[in-house]
Amino acid sequence: MQEWFASFAADFENNFIKANRWKFLLDGLGNTLIITLLAGVIGVIIGVIIATVRSTYDKTADGARKTAGRRLFAIADGFCRFYLTIFRGTPVVVQLMFIYFVVFAWSDNGVMVASLAFGLNSGAYVAEIIRGGIMSIDNGQFEAGRSLGFNYLQTMCYVVVPQVIKNVLPALANEFIALLKETSVAGYVAVQDLTKGGDIIRSRTYSPFLPLVAVALIYLVLVIFFTKLVGILERRLRESDH
Amino acid sequence: MTTETLIQVRDLQKHFKGKNTIKALDGVSTDIHKGEVVVVIGPSGSGKSTFLRCLNLLEMPTGGTITLEGVDITDPNVNINLHRRKMGMVFQHFNLFPNMTVLGNMTIAPIKLLKKSREEAENKAMELLERVGLADRANAYPSQLSGGQKQRVAIVRALCMEPDVMLFDEPTSALDPEMVGEVLDVMKELAHEGMTMVVVTHEMGFAREVGDRVIFMDGGVIIEEGKPEEIFTAPKNPRLQDFLAKIL
Repeated sequence: MQEWFASFAADFENNFIKANRWKFLLDGLGNTLIITLLAGVIGVIIGVIIATVRSTYDKTADGARKTAGRRLFAIADGFCRFYLTIFRGTPVVVQLMFIYFVVFAWSDNGVMVASLAFGLNSGAYVAEIIRGGIMSIDNGQFEAGRSLGFNYLQTMCYVVVPQVIKNVLPALANEFIALLKETSVAGYVAVQDLTKGGDIIRSRTYSPFLPLVAVALIYLVLVIFFTKLVGILERRLRESDH
Repeated sequence: MTTETLIQVRDLQKHFKGKNTIKALDGVSTDIHKGEVVVVIGPSGSGKSTFLRCLNLLEMPTGGTITLEGVDITDPNVNINLHRRKMGMVFQHFNLFPNMTVLGNMTIAPIKLLKKSREEAENKAMELLERVGLADRANAYPSQLSGGQKQRVAIVRALCMEPDVMLFDEPTSALDPEMVGEVLDVMKELAHEGMTMVVVTHEMGFAREVGDRVIFMDGGVIIEEGKPEEIFTAPKNPRLQDFLAKIL
């Protein structure tokens, strides 16, 4: 037993203490959080825009006149659908590498490029979450708003959107948690995120066990923390549900 | 009731295009006068709900005209949102906003559209709630109300916009039988106050007692219309006779 402890302590020191190797994990964690937060914000912005275009186009299809504006709208809707197909139909690592090595080949700011890549990817999923939220609102709510004299935009703002936000917040929070774990492939484009940090330690010490356990534990703690936060949020939202 | 025409409907058509084009409305013409209570009856699929929903363009007619107080609202250049304010609508499934209190449901449109102050809108709303016996539920959420209470709130929500005409789309069809009476009572009171009403319903008792005119629709057209006593005691058209025989 004592022997095991001694070897564990030596291993621990070799992997984390010696040459300040723990800093790889700390710096990596910092990059992981930055990428996740930026990508989350980009994803929500893109998601809201796409969901708005898609659901507005669908909801106004009946009785719409074929004006130039309507045709332009059809093109925008087509583009959004194309976007969704591409970003949901290919692996995020491939998208990340394409954006880093092809689109932004001139940039050496890996963290920013990775944030953008994950944001573009997340936006596709957020868009579908929000669109689902809008479509799940009973059409009667929409009709009630219109029958009172609200125009399309007012009905959306005053009647539909407040209900949509309440419905989609938990799903959005879950998307954020998934995003956090997805960013672990950022190492593919030479970004030193948390996973890459652990891997660098392994490559120096040739001992894979402790660095990987440490990385896994940190992700786990983060995910548990955010999950708890989502739980509190959901309970708060239910409270106003009488 | 006066002879002043409030809504003039001419050759109204609504065709749903598809593999087999469905003619939900196939040329409906009628006049709705100020202060009149028009009850629309007919078998399901007869187009009566479509007719009602076309009146405030919730359903876009594919042909014909609707003239409200002298303005052809089917003209694409007309701002329909302004005209919808004058037409209150009550739905079969209430369609109250679940995230707002009763008071919130009733005041949002007057505050945002008529630019009333919150106080003014709330005073008006409380006055109306008082009249339908729901003043004590002003701060309740729709999910805390019974079906009958929800529909009474839906009626006064529409009244908060001070409409010139009220459209009722089967207002009691989704209610438990013991709650139908309380909603019909509110509608009767409204009729006695001189409100112009168009009511799609299966409540023949209401049609007979409150209606000034009954319209029987089938297959997207008006088959027969007239005073309730004529329609119910001496129906001329065999389809109407058949319909009444089934439900009375």
